[in-house]
Amino acid sequence: MVIYGVYIVSKSGGLIFNYDHNIPRVEAEKTFGFPLDIKLQYENKKVIVAFGQRDGINVGHVLLSVNGTPVNGRTTEDGRDVFDIIETKENYPLSLKFGRARATTNEKIVLASMFYPLFALASQLSPVPKCSGIESLTADTFKLSCFQTLTGVKFIIVTDPSMQGAEVVLKRIYELYSDYALKNPFYSLEMPIRCELFDTSLHTLLELVEKSGTANL
Amino acid sequence: MSRQTSRLDAKKVNSELLTLTYGALVSQMLKETENPEDVNKQLERIGYNMGVRLIEDFLARTTLYLNMQPTVTSWSSSGDEFSLVWDQCALSDWVEMPNNGLRYCALIPGAIRGALQMVQLEVQCWFVQDQLKGDAVTELRVKYIKRLEDAVPAGED
Repeated sequence: MVIYGVYIVSKSGGLIFNYDHNIPRVEAEKTFGFPLDIKLQYENKKVIVAFGQRDGINVGHVLLSVNGTPVNGRTTEDGRDVFDIIETKENYPLSLKFGRARATTNEKIVLASMFYPLFALASQLSPVPKCSGIESLTADTFKLSCFQTLTGVKFIIVTDPSMQGAEVVLKRIYELYSDYALKNPFYSLEMPIRCELFDTSLHTLLELVEKSGTANL
Repeated sequence: MSRQTSRLDAKKVNSELLTLTYGALVSQMLKETENPEDVNKQLERIGYNMGVRLIEDFLARTTLYLNMQPTVTSWSSSGDEFSLVWDQCALSDWVEMPNNGLRYCALIPGAIRGALQMVQLEVQCWFVQDQLKGDAVTELRVKYIKRLEDAVPAGED
């Protein structure tokens, strides 16, 4: 039972909590000779692989480091332009590390607010009245399960596609939210949840689910 | 974890602790604000703030909070108004009221209003009878005002 992440979206569609639980690191490092046999391009402030897929390096992967020096945007940490480096023959052999880009907090906020209208759209598209909106969304690599409370808060978990009993986990997270977030007098409604007790109890819950499933929740 | 939550579920405190804490709050407020009418308003506001949070706890596990079961009576003919009647409330045990217009339990209507607002119901809530003022029972009137349409979450309409 693998849980990749937990998200809580407020009534107004804002991301008030997100937690990456267990996202596998997809990374590949390889030494290249001149000329470089994969095509790189600069997009969305990242250097990504545009063409040429092999040895665990896939299209869409982001350049993480050059000769062990981390890459930031299109420059390495010591200030040199990545494209200058890879176009200069003298720099080879060159060791490049690629990996799957991690979503930044901003991107997560955008994704959460994109899910909000999708959810509303689903309930409007419904051929039968009284539709609950999206409860689960399955892809080949993950399953997203969503639970909306009567008050409009959405609890979302992203798990392995084989995940069973996601509803129970979501219900438990709702209980944790009502205990540790809402009963904390210093937490204001609709604001991002920054409560240490909530974090730790959520952590315990996810670990329990991962170890022994949802049967004894 | 499961043991911890079951412990939480069963967590009950002696009602006297609540009674005393609430009493301390009210008397402190009376000391700080001379006007009992202001205290009523503040208590209502505190209740409201508790209600908007407590509703989630109620929905997550459907608990009872004051261990009392009021009777629902006096429905209006249009069905939008009813009374909650009780003769014993943990909050007002041992209380002898000064005769100054204070509504000792004003927290309760506030909490009801706040909680219902979070499930998109606007209501008005007020005391009709109060044991602390010599009535036989305490009667709280709840009146439906409107459904908060703009706040209805998708899938609930």
